[in-house]
Amino acid sequence: MAVVDQPTPTVDAPVENVLTASGLTGETLTLKVLKGVPGGEQAEVAYQVPVVAGMVILDAVHYVQHNLDTDLACRWNCKAAKCGSCSAEVNGHPVLMCKTRVDDLPAGPVTVHPLKAFPLIKDLVTDVSRNYEVNREIPPFTAAPDDGTPWRIPQQDIDRLYEFRKCIECFLCQDVCHILRSHDYSDRFYGPRFFVRVASLEMHPKDVLDRREQTREEGGLGYCNITKCCTEVCPEHIHITDNAIIPLKERAADVHWDPVRFVGRKLFGRNGD
Amino acid sequence: MAASPEPYDTIECDVLVVGAGGAGMRAAIAAAEAGCRVTVVTKSLLGKAHTVMAEGGIAAGIGNLDPEDSWEVHFADTMLGGQLVNNWRMVELYAHEVIDRVLELERWGGIFDRTEDGLIMQRAFGAHSWRRLAHVGDRTGLELIRTCQDKMVHTEGVEVCMEYTLTSLLKSGDRVCGAFGYNRNTGAFVAFKAGAVILASGGWGRMYRYTSNSWECSGDGAAMAYQAGADLLDMEFVQFHPTGMIWPPGARGILVTEAVRGEGGLLFNAEGSRFMLDYDPVKKELSSRDVVARSIYKEVKAGRGTPHGGAYLDVRHLGADYVKRKLPSMYEQFHALASVDITSQPMEVGPTIHYTMGGVRVEPDTAATTVPGLYAAGEAAGGLHGANRLGGNSLGDILVFGRRAGDAAAEFAKTTGATRVINDAHIVTEQADLLLPLGGDGNGSAAGENPYKLHEDLQLAMQDDAGIGRSEESLQRALAAILALRERSTNIRVAGGRALNPGWHTCRDVTNMLVISEAIVRGAIERRESRGSQWRFDHLEQEVEFGKVNFVTRRGDDGMQVVSVPVTPLPDRLRPLLERSRFYDPAKLPKGYLTETVPSDGTKRKKK
Repeated sequence: MAVVDQPTPTVDAPVENVLTASGLTGETLTLKVLKGVPGGEQAEVAYQVPVVAGMVILDAVHYVQHNLDTDLACRWNCKAAKCGSCSAEVNGHPVLMCKTRVDDLPAGPVTVHPLKAFPLIKDLVTDVSRNYEVNREIPPFTAAPDDGTPWRIPQQDIDRLYEFRKCIECFLCQDVCHILRSHDYSDRFYGPRFFVRVASLEMHPKDVLDRREQTREEGGLGYCNITKCCTEVCPEHIHITDNAIIPLKERAADVHWDPVRFVGRKLFGRNGD
Repeated sequence: MAASPEPYDTIECDVLVVGAGGAGMRAAIAAAEAGCRVTVVTKSLLGKAHTVMAEGGIAAGIGNLDPEDSWEVHFADTMLGGQLVNNWRMVELYAHEVIDRVLELERWGGIFDRTEDGLIMQRAFGAHSWRRLAHVGDRTGLELIRTCQDKMVHTEGVEVCMEYTLTSLLKSGDRVCGAFGYNRNTGAFVAFKAGAVILASGGWGRMYRYTSNSWECSGDGAAMAYQAGADLLDMEFVQFHPTGMIWPPGARGILVTEAVRGEGGLLFNAEGSRFMLDYDPVKKELSSRDVVARSIYKEVKAGRGTPHGGAYLDVRHLGADYVKRKLPSMYEQFHALASVDITSQPMEVGPTIHYTMGGVRVEPDTAATTVPGLYAAGEAAGGLHGANRLGGNSLGDILVFGRRAGDAAAEFAKTTGATRVINDAHIVTEQADLLLPLGGDGNGSAAGENPYKLHEDLQLAMQDDAGIGRSEESLQRALAAILALRERSTNIRVAGGRALNPGWHTCRDVTNMLVISEAIVRGAIERRESRGSQWRFDHLEQEVEFGKVNFVTRRGDDGMQVVSVPVTPLPDRLRPLLERSRFYDPAKLPKGYLTETVPSDGTKRKKK
């Protein structure tokens, strides 16, 4: 991997602008960003960035865009860890750039690479469209016929669903999951984000569909061997494995390995469930 | 012979929706359910729009906790909060229909916190008479967008184009029949040919230095509408949210939800004094946003600010468990970004640009703009919120008027909009304009103005001179700065090619922001009074004459024109509703048509 050095701005006279105003620490960060396009060579480019108090990696990338390299591509939106756009691999860890503080990282150069499990578009931006296709494959929320009365739902049901509904679709869990990252089973495996999605539908007290068989057959739920990598990287601290995937596996097993249903299936085909 | 354009893709649909936040998605669902083929275009990925930033909830007069509440009281609060320059018909439709929209969201799978009886929970919010905001934790916007997203992608007839930028509306004669733009990832040009176009493109805070808005909020939709001849309304009204983060510098401007105060958070100055008791003894911390923002500003100016120039917002008395349960993302946000544990330390907060009340002028019932075939809904449209928006009224706005725009645009597309013609001459010009920063050949050139620097200079000018407090002098300074930046913008140049080049994308963002900034400043100059979010140091009082007008901005032959149009007075059937607000005080009515009577001799005199 080639490393190209950009001209270093004079650290004694750092650029005072909107991005650095009041808060310069006098330190300089070496930011090594993996730049490249599909089919071309990817190369780490080193940029020198003046460090500001409380700076996050996305601040540093913005500094580069504004002052050193206007062509550097990254995705971002809210810059408040609420939209899940600025996912990247910082020092090899999948994180949200807007939430990763420079002062929480070890001293020395910081590498910023795009998510590895998705096809590259340019620099730090990858093609995550497969995730949107998976979401279309999952049957949507389907309520029982409306009887016209307001729904009464206990708060504890909402609390359980809320954990799943917190997902901001940053796709860090999809990035880190070895079924997708190492084995590239994206054609037969929904991935952690979408097991969370299915769980949020299956556990909704007003939903009437049964997605268990589909999640097992088409979603490839069985491929997950519960290494909990997804849970570790979730910026929303969703217990993906414990609260979504394992309960789904148990529910799917109820359908599939129930001995009476097993015999029924043998005698009458799958519809005998 | 006329030049022919660079080849471009054409995507045809019945209804084109610009923007995929709550308003855009609700509009798309409505238009598709009316039988139209709908294309939704978004600058970002689906589900990332600014709606996710809305935290507090959706205001709806359901009255699950306070049976005294109703659409009528909600109507009154919204009119009074908007200082009576709102479009009353929009407020009426809104307060009525938002209740159904909330229940609909629940039927689509959206979740809300519950009361002890299992009904939808509602929380208190600034200047709302009763506990009114349906919410789930402090993540209601995310819940709304995810629910609409899942509904929309499973609705027959909706296609989504992610990461496309639209740069101009296409017209056939006087009628809008599509839009032109490019694929952000490849830089390839594309024309969307449509029977009707809905602008659901959100607001514009990015021309200010400290804002809770994302990069997307550059006012593309309003700028395109202006260029196409549509009227913009109330552009001077820009909302400062009283509580944004102020430290560290990179986090400055990030929103601290009003739900913090709704749940009981208190504001203190550096001397430990609860200053809102002085500024608004009735509503206190839950006064309207304009009042709270100005109060913090005044405390800081009086030398009673916190170390980083703001106020303390304190929730410690609520208890750690309650704070983590009701305000989980605020807990996380301060912990991650500022190393502050809000259960044991106060937050430092200050005003941040948050919302634009102004927008494209629309017909209340149909969301139709003044240009045939063009509709606008949500923050992109003006009129509902008047001079100041109440918290919780934006998530409802996008659902109510998104749906109405979708229905009306579908009807138009099937009738008048059935024939669609694209004018290549306009596209030739537009392509040349767009490619100019790249040197015109797509290969790029680094000489010339850096778009990011122009943007930073614009942010400084707007923040300092067209911000929370304004005067004739400061506004003229801002206007001069904007006009000078416009000159510089003709020499804007970027390096790199067309494929996913953020510098190149920023070029058009900046020119759009210059147009919108000029409209804000020109409107603010005309409104020589203080009303709602407009605070004029040189005209501190409300004036009757300005309570009777809205300012409309439109494109004239010699540049931007600002004209005043009369506010339509409340009809007699709705006027008594104002008294239903808990905050109604006949001695303190916003000045305007209600505080003036016309004596029989025809001369006007002020009442009281």
